[in-house]
Amino acid sequence: MYPSRFSYEAPRSLSEAISLLHDGGDDAKVLAGGQSLVPLMKLRFASPELVVDINNIPGLDYHREDADGTLRIGALCRHVHLERSDLLKSKQPVMAAAAPVIADPIVRNRGTLVGSLCHADPQGDWASVVTALGGHVVAQGPAGKRTIPMASFVTGPFQNALAHDEIAIEAVIPAPVGTRAGGYLKLERRVGDFATVGVAVAIETSGGAVTRAGIALTGVGGSTINAAEAASALVGTPLSAESIERAADLAAQAANPRTDHRGSAEYKRHMVRTFVVRILSRADGTAAERAA
Amino acid sequence: MTIVYEDRGDETAADVPVRRIKFSINGQKKIAEVEPRLLLSHLIRRGVQLTGTHMGCDTTNCGACTVLVDGQPVKSCTMFAVQADGHEISTVEGLAGASELHPLQEGFKQEHGLQCGFCTPGMMMAAKALLAENPDPTEDEVRWALSGNLCRCTGYQNIVKSVLWAAEKLRAQGAD
Repeated sequence: MYPSRFSYEAPRSLSEAISLLHDGGDDAKVLAGGQSLVPLMKLRFASPELVVDINNIPGLDYHREDADGTLRIGALCRHVHLERSDLLKSKQPVMAAAAPVIADPIVRNRGTLVGSLCHADPQGDWASVVTALGGHVVAQGPAGKRTIPMASFVTGPFQNALAHDEIAIEAVIPAPVGTRAGGYLKLERRVGDFATVGVAVAIETSGGAVTRAGIALTGVGGSTINAAEAASALVGTPLSAESIERAADLAAQAANPRTDHRGSAEYKRHMVRTFVVRILSRADGTAAERAA
Repeated sequence: MTIVYEDRGDETAADVPVRRIKFSINGQKKIAEVEPRLLLSHLIRRGVQLTGTHMGCDTTNCGACTVLVDGQPVKSCTMFAVQADGHEISTVEGLAGASELHPLQEGFKQEHGLQCGFCTPGMMMAAKALLAENPDPTEDEVRWALSGNLCRCTGYQNIVKSVLWAAEKLRAQGAD
């Protein structure tokens, strides 16, 4: 037994879970899929005194679209549900591209999207995807619910904006205004490894022009990087070779990679550029096909 | 059933949090008293004494410890035993019948799907879940389903063949 000793509670309701966290103070942790928390506890990087397992709380394993097109992903929605989701395949190209490359198939059976956001690993894929899509996290605490934009949810490596007695109950992706396109590309040495580089690009087009764009980067900085400048270079005009190149250059500049066993900083920066071009060229092709 | 722990002399017995859980393993109902920090893999190996489930990397990478929890493959080194409360666990020991091998085991034998055998239980459990869902997988689908399981001997080629062999046999049995 390598984790430090802890007490364990498996409440059946959110309110019970929140009051356990409230009473547990700073030493309590929420356990959902556990695919990041359990390894951290085994290494004793995390040693909570109380673990609040939310797996027995009903009604949190959904992902669904509201009538207006808003997508909601519950705290117990596993990666595998998203990987197999027809809804994502038809409506959410960026998420559909990311879901099959999260960790490995067995980890995907348990791990959750919301848990991955909370874990705030600079090499976590979902944080980039949700950032690029302009999403937010809904947190519930003793005082009720509040909404935290993804861009401010991650406050640093492995740090998030939740108070100790708040639970992230769902992630929300706003409805698109135009036609959604984009993707997620991840360079990994083998299945299940952390991203050497990951790039999420989400655009919406309307009347031929890009109306909204988001670009976020995985694994090339101290936390998820929101390449806002690169994204805004795309907005207001139709996608073109020039605008794609400009966005790719700006995204590469926004990256802050370090040389390590996965590759040199220069290589990673170059891959950011390549991935932005690749995703947007495909999106451009898709848009052109639709127009034809 | 209870697990025997090392006493490091740093706390009184009353300070040790222990939970009683009910679960089933390979169809047999069990009750255990576990510390919340006990891993599912340790409950299986030390508590139930089923040592077919192997611990390889112990860091959620290798998949040797893969078991089925309610039919879904899970890395048992990355789940606490207390979380098995109320759930059904299946391990490699549950594959074979009283006298005959499961087609997956037969397939690994026929197609030389193992050398040292350390990864094999995890491979078989991941494959079992695949075949339950997809009885006629393509080679690519087998590779995809097993991509969370590492093998350092075979180069995977024969493991994939073994699973395809088992799929065919299971389909033939189903057709009987």
